[in-house]
Amino acid sequence: MGSPAPIKDPTMPAPVLGPGQTYTTVTQKLSAIITSRTPLGWIAAMLIAGAILQLLMLSATWLLIKGTGIWGLNIPVGWGWAIINFVWWIGIGHAGTLISAILLLMRQQWRNSINRFAEAMTIFAVMCAGMFPLLHTGRPWVAAYWLLPYPNTMSVWPQFRSPLIWDVFAVGTYFTVSLIFWYLGLIPDFATLRDKAKHKISQIIYGVLSMGWRGSAKHWFNYEMAALLLAGVSTPLVLSVHSIVSLDFSVGLIPGWHATIFPPYFVAGAVYAGFAMVLTLGLPIRYFYGLHDYITDRHLNNMGKVMLATGLIVAYGYAMEQFFAWYSASPYEGYMMQNRTFGPYSGTYWSLILCNVAIPQLLWIKQVRLSPSGLFIISMFINVGMWLERFIIVVTSLHRDFMPSSWDMYHSTPWDWGLYAGTIGFFLFMMILFIRVMPVINIFEIRQLVANKSKHAETASADD
Amino acid sequence: MAQLFPRGSNAFARISIVVVLVVVGTGLTILLNTNRLHYTTDVQVAKKQPVPFSHKHHVTGVGLDCRYCHTSVEESSFANIPPVETCMTCHSQIWTESPLLEPIRESYRTGNPIEWVRVHDLPDFVYFNHSIHVHKGIGCQTCHGQVDQMPLMWKVNTLNMEWCLECHREPEKYVRPREEVFNMAWKPMDERGHAVSQALLGAQLIQDYDINPSTDCSTCHR
Amino acid sequence: MALGEVVETQYHFEKAKRILSLDADFMESGAASVRHARHVALGRKVIDGQKADMNRIYAVESTPSNTGSFADHRLPLKASQVEGFARAVATTLGINTTGGNSAGHDTWLNALVKDLAAHQGASLVIAGDHQPPAVHALAHAINNALGNVGETVTYTDPVEAEPTNQCASLKDLSVDMSEGKVSLLVVLGGNPVYNAPADLNFAAAYQKVTTRIHLGQSQNETARLSHWHLPEAHALEAWGDTRAFDGTVSIVQPLIEPLYGGKSAAELVAMMLGDGRADYDRVKEYWQEQYKDSDFETAWQTYLHDGLVPDTALPERSVSLTENYGTPSQASEGLEVNFRLDPTIGDGRYANNGWLQELPKPHTRLTWDNAALIAPATAEVMGLQNGDVVVLSANNRSVEAPIWIAPGHPANAVTVHLGFGRTAAGRVGNGVGFNAYALQTSDSPWVASNASMTKTGQTYPLACTQDHHSMEGRALVRSGTVDEYEKHPHFVHEMGHDPGPDANFFDGIHDNDGKAWGMAIDLNSCNGCNACTVACQSENNIPVVGKDEVLNGREMHWIRIDRYYKGDLDNPELYNQPVPCMQCENAPCELVCPVGATVHSAEGLNDMAYNRCVGTRYCSNNCPYKVRRFNFLHYTDEETQSFKLQRNPNVTVRGRGVMEKCTYCVQRISAARIEAKVEDRELNDGDITTACQGACPTDAIVFGDIKDPNSHVAKLKAQQRNYGILTELNTKPRTTYLARLTNPNPEISQHG
Repeated sequence: MGSPAPIKDPTMPAPVLGPGQTYTTVTQKLSAIITSRTPLGWIAAMLIAGAILQLLMLSATWLLIKGTGIWGLNIPVGWGWAIINFVWWIGIGHAGTLISAILLLMRQQWRNSINRFAEAMTIFAVMCAGMFPLLHTGRPWVAAYWLLPYPNTMSVWPQFRSPLIWDVFAVGTYFTVSLIFWYLGLIPDFATLRDKAKHKISQIIYGVLSMGWRGSAKHWFNYEMAALLLAGVSTPLVLSVHSIVSLDFSVGLIPGWHATIFPPYFVAGAVYAGFAMVLTLGLPIRYFYGLHDYITDRHLNNMGKVMLATGLIVAYGYAMEQFFAWYSASPYEGYMMQNRTFGPYSGTYWSLILCNVAIPQLLWIKQVRLSPSGLFIISMFINVGMWLERFIIVVTSLHRDFMPSSWDMYHSTPWDWGLYAGTIGFFLFMMILFIRVMPVINIFEIRQLVANKSKHAETASADD
Repeated sequence: MAQLFPRGSNAFARISIVVVLVVVGTGLTILLNTNRLHYTTDVQVAKKQPVPFSHKHHVTGVGLDCRYCHTSVEESSFANIPPVETCMTCHSQIWTESPLLEPIRESYRTGNPIEWVRVHDLPDFVYFNHSIHVHKGIGCQTCHGQVDQMPLMWKVNTLNMEWCLECHREPEKYVRPREEVFNMAWKPMDERGHAVSQALLGAQLIQDYDINPSTDCSTCHR
Repeated sequence: MALGEVVETQYHFEKAKRILSLDADFMESGAASVRHARHVALGRKVIDGQKADMNRIYAVESTPSNTGSFADHRLPLKASQVEGFARAVATTLGINTTGGNSAGHDTWLNALVKDLAAHQGASLVIAGDHQPPAVHALAHAINNALGNVGETVTYTDPVEAEPTNQCASLKDLSVDMSEGKVSLLVVLGGNPVYNAPADLNFAAAYQKVTTRIHLGQSQNETARLSHWHLPEAHALEAWGDTRAFDGTVSIVQPLIEPLYGGKSAAELVAMMLGDGRADYDRVKEYWQEQYKDSDFETAWQTYLHDGLVPDTALPERSVSLTENYGTPSQASEGLEVNFRLDPTIGDGRYANNGWLQELPKPHTRLTWDNAALIAPATAEVMGLQNGDVVVLSANNRSVEAPIWIAPGHPANAVTVHLGFGRTAAGRVGNGVGFNAYALQTSDSPWVASNASMTKTGQTYPLACTQDHHSMEGRALVRSGTVDEYEKHPHFVHEMGHDPGPDANFFDGIHDNDGKAWGMAIDLNSCNGCNACTVACQSENNIPVVGKDEVLNGREMHWIRIDRYYKGDLDNPELYNQPVPCMQCENAPCELVCPVGATVHSAEGLNDMAYNRCVGTRYCSNNCPYKVRRFNFLHYTDEETQSFKLQRNPNVTVRGRGVMEKCTYCVQRISAARIEAKVEDRELNDGDITTACQGACPTDAIVFGDIKDPNSHVAKLKAQQRNYGILTELNTKPRTTYLARLTNPNPEISQHG
C-alpha cells in the first residue's frame, strides 16, 4: 500500500471492501476455501451437523410409522411445533431473497459479499420448511400429491380457497425461483472453479455446472439481463410468500389469528429473522475463514440497521395487537390477549418481548452494530424470539379460543424437539457442505467491487 | 489449456433441455394415468374363479334373468352372489357328475361357501346402493357390460369415481325405462319400438322418474 | 319397616308437580331411572303460547348427582344428616316423630314443606336407596300425609319372586363357607370375590368350599378362585324372560348364536335339573302354561314382536303405615365416606368395556379412573389439589386414592365409586383405579362414618376431558327462570349477539328444493346422562383411545356433554350442554380444507369424506365449537376379531391421520331416503332418528327437516327459547339449543 492512509471522512460510508484487494487476491482467497485440503475443523463440523441430522431421520421415520400423535398435539391445539417450525424456516429464507433481489434492484453494493451464502441459506431454509407441511399431515403419503392440481380419477381438484393450497404454490414458486436465481449467480463462479480445479473429476463437475461459461461480453450481457429479470420476479415474492404464509392464520377465525395486520407483520418479521440468521451464519464464516476484508464494518452496520428497522416494525405489530384487543371490545379478543400476557404461557410472551423488542434496542448503539460478538449474540436472541413469536401465535391462540370446555394445554414431546433439531442439523449440514464445494462469497461480484473501487480511485485521484 | 468437453457439448446441452421437458412430461402423464390403465383397474381382465361359471351359457343359453341369482338387487344395496342352494336348484339334476361342478357339490355338502373372486369391488369407504339405481332405471348392462356374452366375468368399466360422476352429472345419457333394466339387448327406443335418441328418451325419463342424482360427497362416502 | 311387609313402590313423576328427593338419584340409578328421567323431563317441557306448568324439584343429596343438578333447589348434606332433615320435614307435616334437624337450613325446609303441602296429591317424596330404612319409612309417611298415595306414589307386590335381604344372605353364606360347611357352590354370574363387602372375607371363605363352579362372561376374580369356569352366554345370545321394575314381563330373545359357546344361567340350572329341552322350548312352554286363552301361537309371536307381554304390570295395592320410624340417629361428626356404584361401569362388571371406561363421568368428566370426591372447602382446609393421593381409612381398613374436587359436594364427606381396582377384568380393565370395595362393610354398605384422610404427598394423573368449568361470561348455556320467560320470552336472544339479516355476503347459497336437516337440543330436558355419547360411539365406529391419550386431550367422542359451573362452588348451578357438530351453513371448516375433504351437501349437512382427508387439521383449528376429532394415532383396533362383528358396516372405519366428526348420522339419512325413493313415497318427519336422539331418555335431542313447518324440530326452532351458540361468528349453525328454565321457589333466595 503506497499512498498514505486516507483521512476518514465521516460523510462517506464505510468501505464495502477491505483495502488492497485485487482480482487475484479475491479469486485466490475465495476459491482457496474450496480447493485447499479439507481442514479438520470442517470435517469435525460436518460430523457434528451430521449427527444432529440423524435426529431428523429418526424423528421423521418414527413419525411416519406411528403418526402425528407422537407430538404434543391435541384437540384444540391441532398445530404445534411443525407449523411453528415451518413458518420460522420460511421466514428465515426471506432475507436471502431480499439481499439477492431487492438490494440488487436498489443497486446496493454491500450486498455483493453476503448474497451468496444468504441465498444458500434461503434454499436450505426453504427445504427445511418444506418438510414440515408434508410431515405434519396425518397422511403424508397422499398429501404429497393430492395438494397438487392434476386431473385425477376422482374428478376432484384441490380446494383453492384454502390458504394451505396457496402455500403450496407460494412456497413452490419461491423455492423454484430462488433456486434458479442462486444457480444463475453461481455460473460464473463455477467457471472460475473449473479453471482453478486441480483434479479431472472436479473440473468436469464444475464444468458441467458452469454450462460452458466463457466470460465473454455476450455471456455477461445475458447474465445481467437474466439476473435483473429474476430479481424482478423475486422481489414481489419476498413480500408475497410470507404474506401468504401469514394468511394461513388470518383466514382462520380464532382470536389471535384473525388479524389483518399479519401479512406486513409477518413479512417484517421474516426479514428480521432472516437477517438475524444471516448474521448467525455469516459472522462465524467470516471469523473462521478470515473474510474480514469482504464482510466489513459496513456490512455489519447495515445489517444491524435493517434488523433494528424490521424489529421496530415487529414491535409495532405487538403493540397494535394489544391495542386492538382492547379497542375492539370483543370479549374473545380481549381474553386472548389477556391470556397471552398473563396466562399459563405468559413466560413465553415476556421472553418474546425480551428477545425481539428489548434486547435488539441495543442496535441503536453504533458500537454494538460494529461488534461481531455483539451482533452474534443479538442475532441468536432474535432467532429464538422469532421462534417464540410463532409459538405464541400458533399455540396460545389455539389453546383457549371460543368454547371454554375445549381449553387445554400443549405439552411438547421429545419428538417435537427431535424433528426441529434434526432440521437444524440438516440446515447446518447443507451449509457446511456448501461452504466447501461452492464459493461462499460471490467471487465475480467482489471482483466487480474491485473494478468499481479502482475506477473510483482513478476518478478520485483525477479529482485530487 | 486443453478443452474439457467435446465440441458438441453446447448443442447437447441445448437439446437436453427439450429432452428433459419431453421425458418429464411423458413421465408425469403416464404416472397420473396409472389409475386409468387396464392393468391397474382390471378392466377386460377375466378373473379365475373356483368354478368357471359362464354367464354367457346361463343367460343367453339357458335364459336365466339376472334376478334368478342376484335376488336382492331391487331391495338392497348389495347385489348378492347366490347361495349354493340356488346353483343346486338345477345342478342337483343336471351335470351331476361334472368334475367342474365338484366345488359346488362340495359346498352344498359341507356348508362352506364357495370363495368366489370378486370382480366388481369398490373400496370400503364407498357405499354403493344397487336398489336405488335399479329403481331409477339404470340397466345392469350400463355398468356391467354385456354380461350375457361373457364366458367368464370381467369388468368393462373402471368403476373410478370420475366414471360414476359422468352419469351422476348427466344421467339422461344412461337411463332407460324401468322395465328394460334387466334387458341385456336394449337399445334406446320409444314405446312403439322405434329407435330414438338416448338424449330425448333420457330427458323424458329424468322427469318421469324424478331423477336428480346427488353429487354431494355423503351420497357415497359415509 | 314403614309398611310392615315387602312391597314395591312405583313413582309416577309425570303427575308430580313438586318433587323432593331425599338423597335419591332417581334419574340415574335404580331400575326405573330411565322412565323417571323421561317423566320428570316431560313435566318441565315448556311451549310458547301455553302456560308454563313446570314441576319443581328439591334435591337433598350427599354427593353431586345428575338429579341434583337438574333440580331447581339443591341442598348438599352429609348422608347421615338426611335422616334428621327427613324427620324435620315429617314433623312439620304433622307426622309423629322426633329428632328433626334441618342442619341449619330452616328457611329452606319451611319453604319446601309449605310448597309440598300446597300440592296435595301432586307432590312426590322419594328416598334414596343408600339411605337407612328410617328415611324410607319417613318418606312413605310423608307421601301419605301429602295425599300422594294412589296418585303419584303407588304400591305393588314385589317384583322379585322371593324378596330376600341379599346382604344378610351373603353374610350367612360367607359364615357357612368359612366354617367349612359348604362342599359345592355354583356361582351363577356375578363376581362376589371382588365385590362382596370387605368384612365378609369372601375370597378366603370361598376357597374353603370343596368344589367351586363359576358361570360367567369372563374369567373374573371369582372364576380365578374357582375350580371350574363355565362360559356364560350374554343376554343377547340366549332365550329367557325378565321383569321390569313395574312387573311387566319381556321375553329375552337372542340376536346371535353364542359366540363363545356360552350357556345362560337358566340353561345351566335346567341342565342340572335334568331338563333336556332346548332353551327356546323351555321358555315358550313356560309361558304357554301362563297363558289362559286359546290362541297361544299368535300371542307368542306378538310377545316376540312387541318385546312385552301385555298386562303383566303388577296391579296397584293398598298398604298401611306402621308408624314405626325407628329411633332417631345422630348425624356423624367426622368424615363420612359415601359409596356409590360407578355411573359408567356399575359395580365393576363393565370394567373391561372400553367405551364405558372412556365415557366421561357426569360432573367430574373423569375417565379411566375413580377418585375420592371431596368438597372445595375440604380441599382448601387440607391443602389438596386434583390428583393428590391420600390414604382413605374407614372401618379399620384403608385404601390409597387420588382426590378430585367436586363442586357441590358436602363438606366433611368423601364419595368413592365402586367397580375399580380389578385384577382380573381383562386387558382393558385390569389395574384401572382403586378398589373401594376394600373399605366397604356389610353392616353399612353405602356409608362409612368416622373415616379419615391423610395426605401422602404423591400425585396421580387423572384423565379428565374438560379442564375448564366456567363459561367465562360467554352465552353458551342460556338459562332463566320460568317467570322471566313468561314475562319476557325474548330474554334468551338478548343474552347473545345474533348477526343481522344483512350479515351474509352471498344469499341463499345452500337453498335448494329438498330437505334441510337440523337439530334442536332442549337444555331443559338434558340431565347429562351421557347416553347420547355412547350411542354415537356405537353407531359410528368411534374408537377408544385409552387413558394416556385422554390425558393428552385426544378423546374421540363426536358428541360431548359440556359441563359448566356457575356461582358459589360449594353449591353451584351446573349446566350440561350436549355439543354435536353444528353443521354450520357458513362452515369455517369447509373454507380451509386444502383438499376439499369437507364440503357442504345440498341438504345442509357438512359432509366429511374420510378417504380424501390428508390430515392437516386446519378444519379443527378453525372450528369454533371444537367438534372435530382427529385420529392422531391408529386408534382403531384392527386385531380383535369380535370388533368386526360389532362395527356398523354402514360407516367407514377410520385409520390414522383422518379427521372425523358428527354427520347427523348421514348413513341413516341416506338409508331412509333411499328406502323412501325405492318405495316412491316422501320422507316423513320421524323416519330418521339419529343415534343420539334415539338413545336420549328425555327426548332432549330432536332431528328433522327444518323446512317442513310441521316437523317437530321446526316447531322447536320456532320457540322463543331457541338460540344458537357463537352465532355472532355468523356460522349459522343448524344445531340450536332451547334455553334452560328453572322454576325456583320465590321464598328461597338463591339456588341452594
